[in-house]
Amino acid sequence: MTYTASYLAVAVFFLLGLALPVVALTAGRFLRPDKPSAEKSISYESGVDPTGDSWVQFNVRYYLFALLFVVFDVETVFLYPWAVVYDALRADMGLFVLGEMLFFVFFLVIGLAYAWKKKVLEWT
Amino acid sequence: MHAMTFIGPVILLGVVLGFVTMAILFERKVIGWMQGRHGPNRVGPWGVLQSVADVLKLLLKEDIIPHQADRPLFKWAPIIAFVPAFAVLAVIPYTPTVYFADIGVGLLYYIAISSITTIGVLAGGWASNNKYALLGAMRSAAQMISYEIPLVMAVIGVIMSVGSLNLMTIVEAQKNLWFILPQFIGFAVFFVASLAELNRTPFDLPEAESELVAGYHVEYTGFRFAFFMLAEYVYVFAMAGLTTVLYLGGWNPLFGMTFIPPIIWFVFKFSLIVFSLFWIRATLPRIRIDQLMQLGWKVLLPLALANIFLSAILKEIPWIGQFY
Repeated sequence: MTYTASYLAVAVFFLLGLALPVVALTAGRFLRPDKPSAEKSISYESGVDPTGDSWVQFNVRYYLFALLFVVFDVETVFLYPWAVVYDALRADMGLFVLGEMLFFVFFLVIGLAYAWKKKVLEWT
Repeated sequence: MHAMTFIGPVILLGVVLGFVTMAILFERKVIGWMQGRHGPNRVGPWGVLQSVADVLKLLLKEDIIPHQADRPLFKWAPIIAFVPAFAVLAVIPYTPTVYFADIGVGLLYYIAISSITTIGVLAGGWASNNKYALLGAMRSAAQMISYEIPLVMAVIGVIMSVGSLNLMTIVEAQKNLWFILPQFIGFAVFFVASLAELNRTPFDLPEAESELVAGYHVEYTGFRFAFFMLAEYVYVFAMAGLTTVLYLGGWNPLFGMTFIPPIIWFVFKFSLIVFSLFWIRATLPRIRIDQLMQLGWKVLLPLALANIFLSAILKEIPWIGQFY
């Protein structure tokens, strides 16, 4: 299978994934009833009228996890290419390759340990 | 350019939709049996048409959009969640001849595309302008990003051993020994993290029905709701396929039993993973959110990181090194 054919297949998967919901929802329009009323379109809140909006300031805890996620996700971006060429580099440069990555991960683990110590991971 | 490039994915879509209806039925049956019940048995012989009837019912349900909701985002969110679920299937090889896209960065593609679904879930929960939906969406996003890190790091041991991100190459590298044995820590972390990524019990907090009603899709009705559920079950298909490819040797036979065709081997291992997911759902209670976060960051992440360096060190040991 050629390079372009493979990526063409990926594009076909995306288009098909998009087509299925669009076609199903459009076809459904002719099948389903449509009788809107004011009561029906009230947001659900355990049977009582909702108080206020839901678009409010939210618990900052989620933001801290998002920050941690970004740090470690970027680390993954560095780890993947390193892992792919590991054997080749190992033959070339010896255990220096492993030491370098240990050094890099060590600094990120310090960040994790700091978050751990500061009780960011506790969720209380 | 080949006609199969276009027909193949259409056939796979049919297979996946068939899998989803049967998987839902099988899940309800299995959980029923484990709880001393019969499970669905009214629609069609042995209840086989139960999920088909459910889908038809959803198709005929009114599409209600709350007036407080963000309409465009509310309408697009299920589609944003579903498209990546199907798109990731492009890179999974089923047999040496049945595959759709043989791309060099297959594994990276899967990981990158699958995380887009988080955006769909978050968009759906936020656009609903409902407090339960927002809480469910936030939890879901926090859970998915927290467990994505150990999930992707657990695989690095496999990548180091194979030296490629191409999933076909990874399967071929397991001709003699499946990675579940040398990479057992990686497999364990990967499997637990994949349960959390799939929002399945014991990590089904985003949909904790006793506290959040339904979670991020509480305001969704009819087919928009169906697409959120469909995305979830297509991910079960994708994740079971990926686990088979990465750790269970894909289509490679056990004990040289080559008289059984490769596709049967793949389906057998794949079904084993799917059954395990249902089994775990019937066995374990849901964990609390603080336990969830601590398990992800304090147990799985350090384990996944340690696994990388353990694999690198084991490579250096004579005789054992050949397996890593």
